[in-house]
Amino acid sequence: MTPAIELAGVSRLFGAVRALDNVSLSIAPGEFFALLGPSGSGKTTCLRLIAGFDHPTSGKILLDGDDVTDIPPFERSVNTVFQDYALFPHMDVAENVAYGPKVQGISAPERRRLALEMLELVRLAAFADRAPAQLSGGQKQRVALARALINKPKVLLLDEPLGALDLRLREEMQIELKAIQQKIGITFVYVTHDQGEALSMADRVAVFRDGRVEQLDSPRDLYERPRTAFVARFVGSANVIEGELARRVTGGGRAFAIRAEAIEVLAPGAPLPDGALSCEGLLEDIHYHGATSRWHVRTDAGQTIVAVLPEGAAAAVPHGSRVRLAWSRENIVPLADS
Amino acid sequence: MQHPPMRAIATFLYGRRGFYLSLLLLPPLLWLGTVYLGSLLALLMHSFYAIDEFTARIVPKLTLATYRQLVSQPAHVDIVLRTLGMAVAVTLTAAVVAFPVANYMARYATPRMKAFFYVGVMLPMWTSYLVKVYAWRLVLAKQGVLSWFLDQLGLAPALDAALQTPVIGGPSLASSYLGMFIVFVYMWLPFMILPLTAALERVPQSLLQASADLGARPGQTFRNIVLPLALPGLAAGSVFTFSLTLGDYIIPSVVGAPGYFIGMMVYQQQGTAGNLPLAAAFSVVPIILIAIYLSLAKRLGAFDAL
Repeated sequence: MTPAIELAGVSRLFGAVRALDNVSLSIAPGEFFALLGPSGSGKTTCLRLIAGFDHPTSGKILLDGDDVTDIPPFERSVNTVFQDYALFPHMDVAENVAYGPKVQGISAPERRRLALEMLELVRLAAFADRAPAQLSGGQKQRVALARALINKPKVLLLDEPLGALDLRLREEMQIELKAIQQKIGITFVYVTHDQGEALSMADRVAVFRDGRVEQLDSPRDLYERPRTAFVARFVGSANVIEGELARRVTGGGRAFAIRAEAIEVLAPGAPLPDGALSCEGLLEDIHYHGATSRWHVRTDAGQTIVAVLPEGAAAAVPHGSRVRLAWSRENIVPLADS
Repeated sequence: MQHPPMRAIATFLYGRRGFYLSLLLLPPLLWLGTVYLGSLLALLMHSFYAIDEFTARIVPKLTLATYRQLVSQPAHVDIVLRTLGMAVAVTLTAAVVAFPVANYMARYATPRMKAFFYVGVMLPMWTSYLVKVYAWRLVLAKQGVLSWFLDQLGLAPALDAALQTPVIGGPSLASSYLGMFIVFVYMWLPFMILPLTAALERVPQSLLQASADLGARPGQTFRNIVLPLALPGLAAGSVFTFSLTLGDYIIPSVVGAPGYFIGMMVYQQQGTAGNLPLAAAFSVVPIILIAIYLSLAKRLGAFDAL
């Protein structure tokens, strides 16, 4: 099957800065694909190159098998949901949504019908005659989505679409976006710096770092089998054990990741279960998170390890106590040198 | 620690916001209210007086006689139409010339380049207005720099053809409406570029990208997005170019054909002719024209994007 999008050795230089450094990836039709990374990692540059707002310094971009590297945005069958929504302030909601058909020369009544149909999909039909300034953030977001979908693009690009919304709305919109994607079955390319968002929505995630793809995997594999310390920390918020501490715990020097929820806290000197690894340290702090709490333990090797325990697990342990951390050997994930 | 009396004043004012505000606003409001609006009203009032034909004295009695005089004499109507025509031509041309410059400054120029352009656009305003007008007269003169330059380019026939065109032509650029028009556009161009740049700067890049993304060609993006959102800037700039042209009397008297303009008429009537009411009535004409222009602009939606 021809990939919906293919990047072949794409680089984008801004002066001496490599915003994208020889990135190759291939996105299947109908896939929900996330580009995840901290700011400045190249994920947005990547999206802008696919949309056509920017031109790669080298490499090729293929949409549906066709080389579009030199094709301007208005001739690409991709549409974008912008981070700031980019709604046209001088047009009402229906006119905004109908803009795509309008510039293609579709008649006014017909494009209004199409626009209302799209607004129905995002449950905003009642707001057709409002001005964008009269909408809430979540509503603007949905208008932007309806406007981007009306041209029936093969690929929808979303640039941190939920970044400006509050937590509850963000979670609602995540569910809604995923449902819309499954309903219309087109490829979504979703840029985010929020690993929770990427993991919960995407079929596959490309983790960006310094202009390169550090790891490309399904959310489960990224979380459970990070290949580098960066991915382990950024995606899984895992503890990365390296250097002196790694030598003390495993005997070898190779860095590994251990997820915070896989760590148990024992009394110092308590017997270890079979096959467990352990280290000792001082309990520095406990952060309360409702159902769980995060224990920060400063190990004797100097590195701090975080363990997530059910709330009330050991309420009697005071700050500054010596504790023993233990985890099963099979839960550790060896990491490549980064 | 503040000085105790200052502290006492600050404390006194802190709880009295309204009083504090009126204290700050009183001097400018007095200026605006009495000196500025007051003299405007006095002017308006004078236009409703008339002059006694025999004594040449102003009769302080409200009458429409002066306005009747203004609209009934074809020469007066000609002056108004001539000035209006020039103002419209200058405004349209200034808008067309300013747009690419403003667009470049707002969207493409690096910060250094932008600063350079801002200085470049405003630099002519640091020079005396009269010096510039007289300099232009020399530039446009029959044996002047411009005709020499056009001659070097082999464009002398084009200049001759332009000067032979009825109405706008004349013996030389310095004594034709075409030359006057060039000087007007030159003088008021900064007043168009600056508000237009400010308006274009407020249009986020993402709107243009969204338009292209949805399939609009560059021309469509310009018509549907850039132009409507730049309208408030165009309106502001055109009010400047329009009203400055309507009121100016120096450029038409130094450069161009002999026909009178509103500003020259005002100057002459309040001076040598000594008909203050007619001068006042002529001064009211630009006010009315601008009011009509603004209400038209508003009806066309020029301020909707504000």
